[in-house]
Amino acid sequence: MSVKTLTINNTPVAAEEGKTILEAAKEAGIHIPTLCFLEGVSTVAACRMCLVEIEGINKLLPACVTQVTEAIVVHTNTPKLQEYRRMVIELLFAEGNHVCSICVANGNCELQNLAIEVGMDHTRFPYRFPKRSVDVSHPQFGIDRNRCILCTRCVRVCGEIEGAHVWDVAQRGADAYIVSGLSQPWSEVEACTSCGKCVDACPTGAIFRKGTTTAEKQRDRAKLQFLVDAREKHEWTR
Amino acid sequence: MTKDKEQMTKIKFATVWLAGCSGCHMSFLDMDEWLLELANYVDVVYSPIGCDLKEYPAGVDVCLVEGGVANQDNLELIHEVRAKTKTLISFGDCAVTANVPGMRNMLGGSEPVLKRGYLELGDVTPQLPNEPGIVPELLEQVLPIHELVSVDIFLPGCPPDAARIRATIEPLLKGEQPKMEGRAMIKFG
Amino acid sequence: MDLSELLKIGDREKKQQKSIRVHCCTSTGCQAANSLSVKNNLANAVQELGLSDRVEVVGVGCMGFCGRGPLVQIDPEDILYEVVTPEEAPSIIDALSGGVAKPIQGNSQHPFFARQMRIVRQHTGKVDPERIEEYIAVGGYQSLYKVLYEMTPAEVVSEISKSGLRGRGGGGYPTGLKWATVAKMPGDQKYVICNGDEGDPGAFMDRSVLESDPHLVLEGMVIAGYAVGANHGYIYVRAEYPLAIQRLQKAIQQAKKYGILGSQIFESPFDFKIDIRIGAGAFVCGEETALIQSIEGKRGNPVPRPPYPAESGLWKCPTLINNVETLANVATIIHQGADWYASIGTENSKGTKIFALTGKIRNNGLIEVPMGISLREIVEEMGGGVPDGEVKAVQTGGPSGGCIPASMLDIPVDYDSLSKIGSMMGSGGMVVMDRATSMVEVAQFYMQFCREESCGKCVPCRAGTVQLYSLLDKILNKQGTQADLEKLETLCHMVKKTSLCGLGISAPNPILSTLRYFPEEYQELIPAESLNGKVRHGSS
Repeated sequence: MSVKTLTINNTPVAAEEGKTILEAAKEAGIHIPTLCFLEGVSTVAACRMCLVEIEGINKLLPACVTQVTEAIVVHTNTPKLQEYRRMVIELLFAEGNHVCSICVANGNCELQNLAIEVGMDHTRFPYRFPKRSVDVSHPQFGIDRNRCILCTRCVRVCGEIEGAHVWDVAQRGADAYIVSGLSQPWSEVEACTSCGKCVDACPTGAIFRKGTTTAEKQRDRAKLQFLVDAREKHEWTR
Repeated sequence: MTKDKEQMTKIKFATVWLAGCSGCHMSFLDMDEWLLELANYVDVVYSPIGCDLKEYPAGVDVCLVEGGVANQDNLELIHEVRAKTKTLISFGDCAVTANVPGMRNMLGGSEPVLKRGYLELGDVTPQLPNEPGIVPELLEQVLPIHELVSVDIFLPGCPPDAARIRATIEPLLKGEQPKMEGRAMIKFG
Repeated sequence: MDLSELLKIGDREKKQQKSIRVHCCTSTGCQAANSLSVKNNLANAVQELGLSDRVEVVGVGCMGFCGRGPLVQIDPEDILYEVVTPEEAPSIIDALSGGVAKPIQGNSQHPFFARQMRIVRQHTGKVDPERIEEYIAVGGYQSLYKVLYEMTPAEVVSEISKSGLRGRGGGGYPTGLKWATVAKMPGDQKYVICNGDEGDPGAFMDRSVLESDPHLVLEGMVIAGYAVGANHGYIYVRAEYPLAIQRLQKAIQQAKKYGILGSQIFESPFDFKIDIRIGAGAFVCGEETALIQSIEGKRGNPVPRPPYPAESGLWKCPTLINNVETLANVATIIHQGADWYASIGTENSKGTKIFALTGKIRNNGLIEVPMGISLREIVEEMGGGVPDGEVKAVQTGGPSGGCIPASMLDIPVDYDSLSKIGSMMGSGGMVVMDRATSMVEVAQFYMQFCREESCGKCVPCRAGTVQLYSLLDKILNKQGTQADLEKLETLCHMVKKTSLCGLGISAPNPILSTLRYFPEEYQELIPAESLNGKVRHGSS
């Protein structure tokens, strides 16, 4: 296996061929914000939070899917990138109905954390206040689409790790939403094994365990990684 | 003479309560003994918790505005506040995001909200409130204040805790700008 | 079948054809204007007047002058009739034996026709798209025979490269380079995809090619398959083009019957089959990665590139994906030679381009022009200008393109010139606007289109287009401020820089180009009092 050397934020970094810029940066202790990215499932590069600048390339590239190549010079936190990231988060807040104060994930929410990270003290875009649905038909879990940011982690974790494919995306554009089964109430989707991995994967409070109230959401994110490692690397203990 | 001089250097301070639960004001009171310190620096010229004046005066230096803009009264007041205030602080999540009061916006306009509240859920004598000039009319949507007037400082939180409020106001008293960044200062909720 | 048999089919067909051919357009546009009844009545009149021995009525593809349909054209004398009604149709036949034709006679020497240079559309309007024999009679499939027996795949790729052909779907990527990449990729299984998911508002170039000359596209695909080492092709056509789909199906069947498609084409060792896939109405499926997802049976969402389809495309195999018009150039390039093709056009844009000329213009329809022709020539001479008015702007490139102001009409129409001024060649939509058109409304129209067609996968395109649209709405309602104008531009740049696929990346172009060339139209919509602070909407 060959090794590529590159520069990230003026730090020389060596990374195995095939690694992504995100992985290489993480190894080198350089933080790149992510939102739709989830360790263990496929990457979709949809949220655009991890976009980075590479010298000599006119396009911004998502660090989560862009593989390292020899001698590239990467910048992960330029003023332009900071501004774009803040706008992404502002757009997300304006797009849904994110009421942190009454959310199960308050204090334990990746969207909320990113808002702090990008320095968002308000959104410059008018709130859309869309009409969205809540499905609490499942005996253990609920989905509140008001809080959904369409990262599709639930879709991927359910399809790729649990193999149940309960979730998918319906409609398009601003009308897109996460749908269960063939647009059935969650409780009627026989494919659902009630494993709860979507709860663990969801970055916000959109998918939650029933009975949790404001700021009580817990996630067992390590479980997802454990399952993937068990399958791929045959590491059977946590 | 000394007293007059002292009053001249004091800044004119106001707080305003629009569509919110008053929790931000309660949190303001949580600053406890620092309020006494604050009183050395400010004249409270308008506030639901700090004075009895009914008219928003001119020449206010700093004003904390709690709540979203939900009705005609709110709308008129926020424009008046903006016109008469140097530093307008959007105070708490309702002011910054419309927050819980804004959740009625998903029902689509004021009419379904009133019908739901006063007719469908009206127990004894279901009727829509209608007293022009007395009961302010609801706006179609509850809006964060910066969608209507310009805002100088955003102080989010539901409510922002006392330390955050203090860290926002204290620099202003010295003529400095607060640094609104980091979890302690700008976490929503 | 070998070459002599192919030539024999052509000869037999030519002999069968009558000395006078009455061509009646049966493409979607003219069909909508009742051209099928016109054709019937023409055929009946031939019977009734006993002219069957020397006159035949042929249903043909699009003649281009769509605004004046149904069109009937008579060869060899090249007489054109416009807006032919079924009632008046028989008089056209009557005129062939001394009578008087009632329909309006068009001028086939009008600049609209005379200034065209027809390579892709060379047979359209002349051959019956539902009969392979007519295509063979005009030399069809001889290029395919030539590459199979006289050229190596590498020679075909190099011929296409030398021709200078660039992608006609909008991007303008060098076709030869794309072919070379796929050809050089290792792997036993490769695919060729023909992108017929044309979706720009007002654009119907590809529809007309597929409806009028489907075999030209099939031949281009098979040659491409041979060149890159693929044995399977897909034509992805949008469901809104039922006639194109029907004619393609027929064309594929006929080609199979003659051994021109399928196993051992022309008895060579080369196999190639073509399947049709029908879109389900999403504009974004014209984006190549989304189109591939759709063929695979998945939700038509774009995926990040790299890897490009040339490396890892359909079912992760190297895939050549070309637009309809691009592929329709291939057979002629092989037949006439790369040097001939490269002699047409400008230094970096070779050959011809089809445009759908629409909007506030006298002559609207499809035109095929050599690259480098000036926009003024197209709009004023061929298009005849704006009826009772003046040109204000020309929009090219559809929702991805931009508005070119009248002051720049002398610009040559080629890839580089158009992108330099903030528009783009695009797939060929060309909408002419007159002085009465509000450019802010135009920008809003395209933004509405992009907002509705965004797949919703990436945040900037899904949420950004919604905000851009509502900002334009606010401005058009005269409630905007200077701050809103700044916000509009900032958000445009953000959406452009951060979106995942071409749809989002180019979605702000109509706003940016109108902001650049028509800033006063935006300024006029900002109320004066917002300047002195009386109305203060929003902050930062």
